[in-house]
Amino acid sequence: MTIDLSQFVPTFLEESFEGLALMEASLLDLENGDSETINSIFRAAHSIKGGAGTFGFSDVSEFTHLVETLLDEMRDGRRDIKPIDIELLLESVDCIRLMIEAIKDDVSFEKTKIEQIARLLTETLAVGVTTAKSGTVDPKDNNDNLVVDEPINLQESSDEKVKWLIKFIPEHHLIQTGNDPLLLFNALADLGEVGVVGFSTDLPSLSDIDAEEVYLSWELSLVTTASQAEIIEVFEWVEDECLLTLTRVASAEAAIKNVAAQPYVETQASIVSAEPAETARTAVVTNEADIKLEQTSVASAIENVSVVSAKTSEPSSPTKAKADAGSIRVGVDKVDSLINLVGELVITQSMLSELGNDFDLSKIEKLSSGLEQLLQNTKELQESVMRIRMLPISFAFNRFPRLVHDLSNKTGKAIELITQGEQTELDKTVMEQIGDPLTHLVRNAIDHGIEPAEVRLANNKPEKGTVALNAYHQGGSIVIEINDDGGGINRQAVFNKAVEKGIVDVNSTLTDSQVFDLIFEPGFSTAEKVSDISGRGVGMDVVKKNIQALGGRIQVESKQGIGTTVKINLPLTLAILDGQLVKVGSETYIIPLITIVESLQVRTDFINRVSGDMVLYRLREDNVPVIPIYKLFNIEAVITEVENALLVVVEADGQKIGLLVDDLLAQQQVVIKSLNDNYQQVEGISGATILGDGSVAMILDVPGMITMALRSAQQYQPHNHQAQPQFEGVQP
Amino acid sequence: MEHEQEYLTFKLNGEEYGVDILSVQEIRVWSSVTELPNKPNYLKGVINLRGVIIPIIDLRLRFGKEPLPYNEQTVTIILRDHNSDKNMVVGIVVDAVSEVYKFALQSIRQAPEFGSQIDSCFLKGLATVEGKLIILLDNNALLNQDELYSFEQQVLEVACE
Repeated sequence: MTIDLSQFVPTFLEESFEGLALMEASLLDLENGDSETINSIFRAAHSIKGGAGTFGFSDVSEFTHLVETLLDEMRDGRRDIKPIDIELLLESVDCIRLMIEAIKDDVSFEKTKIEQIARLLTETLAVGVTTAKSGTVDPKDNNDNLVVDEPINLQESSDEKVKWLIKFIPEHHLIQTGNDPLLLFNALADLGEVGVVGFSTDLPSLSDIDAEEVYLSWELSLVTTASQAEIIEVFEWVEDECLLTLTRVASAEAAIKNVAAQPYVETQASIVSAEPAETARTAVVTNEADIKLEQTSVASAIENVSVVSAKTSEPSSPTKAKADAGSIRVGVDKVDSLINLVGELVITQSMLSELGNDFDLSKIEKLSSGLEQLLQNTKELQESVMRIRMLPISFAFNRFPRLVHDLSNKTGKAIELITQGEQTELDKTVMEQIGDPLTHLVRNAIDHGIEPAEVRLANNKPEKGTVALNAYHQGGSIVIEINDDGGGINRQAVFNKAVEKGIVDVNSTLTDSQVFDLIFEPGFSTAEKVSDISGRGVGMDVVKKNIQALGGRIQVESKQGIGTTVKINLPLTLAILDGQLVKVGSETYIIPLITIVESLQVRTDFINRVSGDMVLYRLREDNVPVIPIYKLFNIEAVITEVENALLVVVEADGQKIGLLVDDLLAQQQVVIKSLNDNYQQVEGISGATILGDGSVAMILDVPGMITMALRSAQQYQPHNHQAQPQFEGVQP
Repeated sequence: MEHEQEYLTFKLNGEEYGVDILSVQEIRVWSSVTELPNKPNYLKGVINLRGVIIPIIDLRLRFGKEPLPYNEQTVTIILRDHNSDKNMVVGIVVDAVSEVYKFALQSIRQAPEFGSQIDSCFLKGLATVEGKLIILLDNNALLNQDELYSFEQQVLEVACE
């Protein structure tokens, strides 16, 4: 039996990303850090290299090996830590991340950049060693394929190829200790050419076979330049669990002949090239399921080797499904609190069921207090469960030190980044989607906000600009502030630009916040505002759209000469929504509270009937089209006259409509459930939820309804104004 | 044993139909549903089944038969698709459940091509038991969203034109 290593790959990738983030953060901190900083960087690189080697991602392990060597020299004090080296290491971190992301997405990566950085690393290493004159590391060996966890003792190895004969008889329980002969062979194959012969003489009869035991033994021939110590090191983990004999045979030529003469033996190289990746993979699958252990012998073992190498060499194969289902690391304290709450819930439940055993009216008070307790428990349990999805916002903030560092170099502005409230927790989904808008805003702050040093000095400001990120909770939402002490937004320039674009009238008087809102208008180029570095990535209108898509709001405050603050308000989670329950006919619908402008009783004198059935309602200076939900959704309603109904004015994408409902019910938080799981998306409905009485209620999709309403309004054009067909509205 | 399949049979418009019992999750009495806007008429709405939202389909309407007022015999059979990754669940409303029969695979006969109102894609075959003819439905087709919701769509389109 072989252990399917691929199941650990996602963990490796996840840990690698964490390691890379740590490396990056520590590298930025390296100039004023202590020896522990470089040690932690080294450890992170080391784990990535080791992991990559184990899983056969040789590109990653080779590259990381170079990084590690450089770090090692720095750690030992053989090399001074220079800013240029730090830059190089930062670039290397990017390269490793690129490679690991490619592995994760199962695509091939851009080799040129990585090769370029690898060459730079090698050059740096070469220079460093000669000046330091330590000579323990031979630079030309840095490109070696060796993936061995300990520093390699290169002195011992000679250039001459030597053949070794290795007898490897593992104890039956070898696999149970987490070792896999296959991996050992794989590691040996990294040292040189390997020939393998398997012996199945100890194989018991089929009925006696325990699938988790190893009954095979092997004889390997290895042609290599590596030393005996290096070969033994491969077997380091299994030394106590096997019988291992290592004999040096003869020179390479003889060895190769010898290998070729062996029956069943093929060199790894030939199989790797001969077996297409796909068949090899299938072979492994069948092999795992196969009870005939004889077949698990050498041939398939080598096939496994080829699978690993095929994976690295052709990572672009698109057929492989993405294994990434997304995972969350949850703190033990959160899990503990959940368990406690469930414990309390069980106690309450048993109390209640005991109460129910012989119930009479005298116990009604006890019952109501028990129910009260149950309510409390449930609420707490809900909160705790939601908290599992919550991550500290530092996950989103972590990328900024690097970004600021890079931009600071690029723009030549000295910038200090201050982050506050990193422990503020935010839903994972929101977190993933807030990253890009935040990046854009920080970049804007540095590009356009912070002035060049000479301007700053002239304005009596400290030479170093400050960009501050701050996150905190406010009510049911989270607020993220991006604050810079730069030049601020030129109100007049923005206004002029807006007039020029025809967005506002030249004579209109706008408040400051209205003016600053203009920068979120589509097509409103920020180039006018300050520098020439703009025009990168998403525009401010996209930022605003993204944040609105998350159910959030964005607003800008700015004082010229003092700085700009962008404030983002986000809901804590996407899984729960604050909704207004409304009744239409026999159905209950939920309108997201965030879209509601106001709810009002219809005043007859404000109603304007235009062509056909179109009704406009005058709301102060606006005319809002009135959309009866029953008509839009083709259902029965109790109240069909506009005059008697209630109007809920909602807004989306800057468009207001009035929804006609029979009655307003409570406001409450609802848990969003998807309709897609078992049915399909329904137009005008964004999801469903389950109400307190167990019935299902639909959550209205306000933007979708506006689209629907506009379309049906077109249907009511005069030329089309006959009796509607029976299935009116069904058709898209 | 492998050559036998158990079927849950139910009554619909005087006929007896069967579905593979392995895809039946549970049988429920008819309970009121939440309507969906602008839905085809055979889709009664959705219900909450222990936190999962499930569409409910009236099989009479789906098969183009006359609707029957629901009574205490009316049941909803909840079907679950175990094969696909999506694990789709759907409820079908039928007149009444009948029996569970075991059929040998070779005793299931191919349904003849007949211009019935049922689209033949739902038909798996016919089987006789105790002198009754039972129409076996293909649960894969029943649980296939495209097929389940397509037929009426075409009818609607025709009606609208």
